[in-house]
Amino acid sequence: MIVAVVDYGMGNLRSVAKALEAVGATVCVSGKPEDLRRADRIVLPGQGAFRDCMANLKATGLVEVLDEEVRKKGKPFLGICLGLQLLAEVSYENGEYKGLGWLPGQVRRLTVEDARLKLPHIGWNDVIFRGDTPLAAGIRKNPIFYFDHSYHFVCGNPELTVATCDYGGHFTAAVQKDNLFAVQFHPEKSQEIGLRLTKNFLNWKF
Amino acid sequence: MLKQRLIPSLLLKQGRCVKTIKFGTIRDVGNPVTAVRVYDAQGADELIFLDITASSEGRDTLFDIVAQTAEQCFMPLTVGGGVRSLGDIRQLLRAGADKVSINTAAVENPQFIKEAADSFGSQCIVVSIDARQMAPKGYEVFTYRATKPTGLDPVEWARRAVDCGAGEIFITAVDRDGTMEGYDLGLVRSVAAAVTVPVVASGGCGTLQHLVDGIRIGHASAVSAASLFHFTDQSVIKAKTFMQVAGLDVRPV
Repeated sequence: MIVAVVDYGMGNLRSVAKALEAVGATVCVSGKPEDLRRADRIVLPGQGAFRDCMANLKATGLVEVLDEEVRKKGKPFLGICLGLQLLAEVSYENGEYKGLGWLPGQVRRLTVEDARLKLPHIGWNDVIFRGDTPLAAGIRKNPIFYFDHSYHFVCGNPELTVATCDYGGHFTAAVQKDNLFAVQFHPEKSQEIGLRLTKNFLNWKF
Repeated sequence: MLKQRLIPSLLLKQGRCVKTIKFGTIRDVGNPVTAVRVYDAQGADELIFLDITASSEGRDTLFDIVAQTAEQCFMPLTVGGGVRSLGDIRQLLRAGADKVSINTAAVENPQFIKEAADSFGSQCIVVSIDARQMAPKGYEVFTYRATKPTGLDPVEWARRAVDCGAGEIFITAVDRDGTMEGYDLGLVRSVAAAVTVPVVASGGCGTLQHLVDGIRIGHASAVSAASLFHFTDQSVIKAKTFMQVAGLDVRPV
């Protein structure tokens, strides 16, 4: 099983690659279209500013390749953190920027009314999965995952939200649409429970 | 609920894990990769590496240790020490760091914080502040491993760093470092009250109760400890159990 970790010049790809390898994948970290075409599954990580990530994706010509491989050919896809947010139609992070538009919804800053709640939302928090989520198989009911973000995906279709987290209000922690699965938290930083989810992604058949 | 974090910190010098007292008196405490393996197995919430190697040759050793850690530990890793440019940050992230801690370079050029946050996101940029008590109620920020006074007040500086884009503040009481007398709770609390981002308490932790005090009295979002794990028979498992029994909301071991 070859998994392509999309390299478009943003963030820490090594830990994502290592987590996939730890659960048995052959990983190819690459920004080359041919590597994405060759892969069986595709992971889109992301760290940093939405604007820069989107600009880099466009500049490297990967938008079309991803569209072809994931949306047309239906390869299983995992988006992580900004890799979830990039799927939105629009982000309001420091301006207004168009996303890939694969999922209905917007990216907005977390709103915390309780002044004691700090932003960014950094650390381990409870995630509540909907019962039938294949990527949560074998994971206990309310697992704790690692988050590190200030913005979140406001899903335009509540049926796509398969997990939520509470930080000054509930927000979308994971979404699934057909062969697309994307999470706001960092499975690659969430120790055993994150590796389990990563393994579930490798075994996922839809 | 967001959990309160326990973060073992490792001071590195030329590839070895060391420990200082009040930033002086360096003692070798072992192999960092062995130590992080234990912290990882015991369910530490994050790790922080602070490198005090001066030479550029030694920097390669740091990248090597970060890479080895990232191979084995699927947990968040912050790395700091001598970070001066966007290139330094990129190199550390590429080696496997998740967050980068900036200290002296941030004081000398606060604009650097902004550039770093713009490029990598605030969630990736930690500003580390070393403070010394100069008068009964007065503190001052020091740079260059606490050798150079800056004239800055830590609370004011923390606020400014956050305005520039820092996503987390790591506050160290220099005079408590390695003393195991407990965090400077007044300092931690005043910084935590002043900023909207999470604050990590550092310097002085010597007992499990100190960890609880750092969160409950210091209002820190996370507590960091080094001597506690190097020089006593306490472990991450015992520490988290103690925090939990004390009523804190920690991630269960």
